[in-house]
Amino acid sequence: MAATILSIIINGLLMGGIYALVAMGFSAQYGVAKVLNLAHGEFIMFAAFTSLTLYTMFSISPLLSVIIVAVGLFAIGFGLHKAIFRSLLHSSPSPAAFEGSSLLAAFGLLYVIQSTAKLIWPGLPSWTTFLAFPVNILGVQVLANKVVALVFSLTIASAFYFFVARTRTGKAIRAAAQDRATAGLMGINIDSMLALCFGLGIALAGIAGVLYSMCYGASTNMGMELTFIAIAVVVVGGLGSVPGAFVGGIILGIISQILRQYAPIFAMPTFYFIFLIMVLARPTGIMGKK
Amino acid sequence: MNIATFTSKKFLVPGVLVLILVMLATVPLYISPGPRTLLIDFFMYIILAVSWTMFSGPTGYISLASAAFFGIGVYTPALLYAQGAPLLPLPAVLVAAGLVSFCCALLVGAATLRLRGIFFTMFTFGLLEAVRPIIQYCELEFHGARGRYVESIGPNGVYYLMLFALVAVMVTAYLLKRSRWGLAMQGIGGNEEAAAHMGVDTTRVKVITFGLSGAFMGITGAITAINWYYVDPSSAFNLNYSFLPLLMALVGGMGQLYGPVIGALGFAYLRWVLLSTQYYMLIFGGIMILFILFLPGGLASLIERGRHRLGGVVAKLWKGGGAEQHANT
Repeated sequence: MAATILSIIINGLLMGGIYALVAMGFSAQYGVAKVLNLAHGEFIMFAAFTSLTLYTMFSISPLLSVIIVAVGLFAIGFGLHKAIFRSLLHSSPSPAAFEGSSLLAAFGLLYVIQSTAKLIWPGLPSWTTFLAFPVNILGVQVLANKVVALVFSLTIASAFYFFVARTRTGKAIRAAAQDRATAGLMGINIDSMLALCFGLGIALAGIAGVLYSMCYGASTNMGMELTFIAIAVVVVGGLGSVPGAFVGGIILGIISQILRQYAPIFAMPTFYFIFLIMVLARPTGIMGKK
Repeated sequence: MNIATFTSKKFLVPGVLVLILVMLATVPLYISPGPRTLLIDFFMYIILAVSWTMFSGPTGYISLASAAFFGIGVYTPALLYAQGAPLLPLPAVLVAAGLVSFCCALLVGAATLRLRGIFFTMFTFGLLEAVRPIIQYCELEFHGARGRYVESIGPNGVYYLMLFALVAVMVTAYLLKRSRWGLAMQGIGGNEEAAAHMGVDTTRVKVITFGLSGAFMGITGAITAINWYYVDPSSAFNLNYSFLPLLMALVGGMGQLYGPVIGALGFAYLRWVLLSTQYYMLIFGGIMILFILFLPGGLASLIERGRHRLGGVVAKLWKGGGAEQHANT
């Protein structure tokens, strides 16, 4: 029994690390750029397949392709914000109207990316055997790639946290999230800060996608589920909070492993239920500010 | 002249509508099966788009749960009107589908419509992913098969049922738009706090209208299930049924009652033409983004603008003629 619990917790931590990255990207997009990116999971899926293709066709290691994918997706996200969301922001009469129109645009984007991926990778779900040898952690056998993924996501998450909390640009981002108009008056270039955040969010989605495919494989239908996981984690941890996203990710990761053990089909309904309870009881999340 | 144009205008629109309805009602007598299938498709998408707009159009709360209510509607006849062993007569099955979807929508609405719109949208986005696994599990555990067969009533039966549902949803949407209730919803969309101060019970209005729109989606799902004849969880609970009505309403324009109708006609036809290609959803997604960016009011706003301009030109011509006479005399 104790061994099972330990195994659930360790596997949950390994899963939760990726969930946390997924949620941090989502949170950066919604918390600062105010775009509820329903296509978030599709970017993860796209990155997952890109990394798998790079590995199988050009034998580029996922640990190298994670950099390529992150940079590529950052550029795409930055460009998308400049092309779509910036003009929506300027044409929307109110913040609520922008939230509405931007999430609709993201919904359209979901289908654009998903259909493109289905055209490029029409086959069945695929996975790699990269670093797929077992290692022993506290008596629990886990695959090495999952451990590498957790270390990687911890590193990225702390780097992102320090970027937002300590650097000058991070300060500007926080100011833009807090009060856009005033931050603009203080000389912060709001449009590029928002585009930067949106791009960073997509880059985090890309990193999460590469790590996810390294451990769990990829299918073209996985996007929507991951988007909803991101939503649930963000609501549990608190919108716009980096540590909150991490805590929420770990919690949901452990819950997902408990369910995987006993009732794998009920993972999504359970997340949904947790989301509902959180929204009703404490919409600001565990770590969110009132 | 004033009275003459007034009365002719007053009867023109209803007259045309009755004419269209009579034509549609008699169509199965002389049409071949192919176009009839297409017409059933048109009706289905019009109902979905209009019932989505009924709630989300005026209030501005974006629901992504259409597919869930549609899917619940699909599963009602799968259980109650199964092939060879229908438990209830057909009208009762349709009423049941409407009721079940109504209650589900009511629950979802009561839980989330007090919160900010963004939480409502997040919640409705996940509903599909939450309901499908439960149905899948129940089917495998208690039914022992992936899908179910539904009793057939023939394509003409489906056609008339869908037409009936279409008329019902159009009349409801029209009456709702003109009523105090409709005004209250527009007030909520304009400024919810102000509407509440005016004495509108905003939560009640939102929840009940959301339930009503869910009921129509459920009934449509039930008729569609009879049309499909074979039903399984992944075809019933498909995100496309959330996306397409939204796209149709957006491209058609939510400001006018006819907006979602033209959007539904256009995209149902496009879908029918492009169905064999693999990339039609790619095109649809792209169109959605373009419309949000460049024509957020949809085609209806373009038509209304054109009508105003045309109306202005006509009036000018009329008056211009008169003015010329004045100038001459």
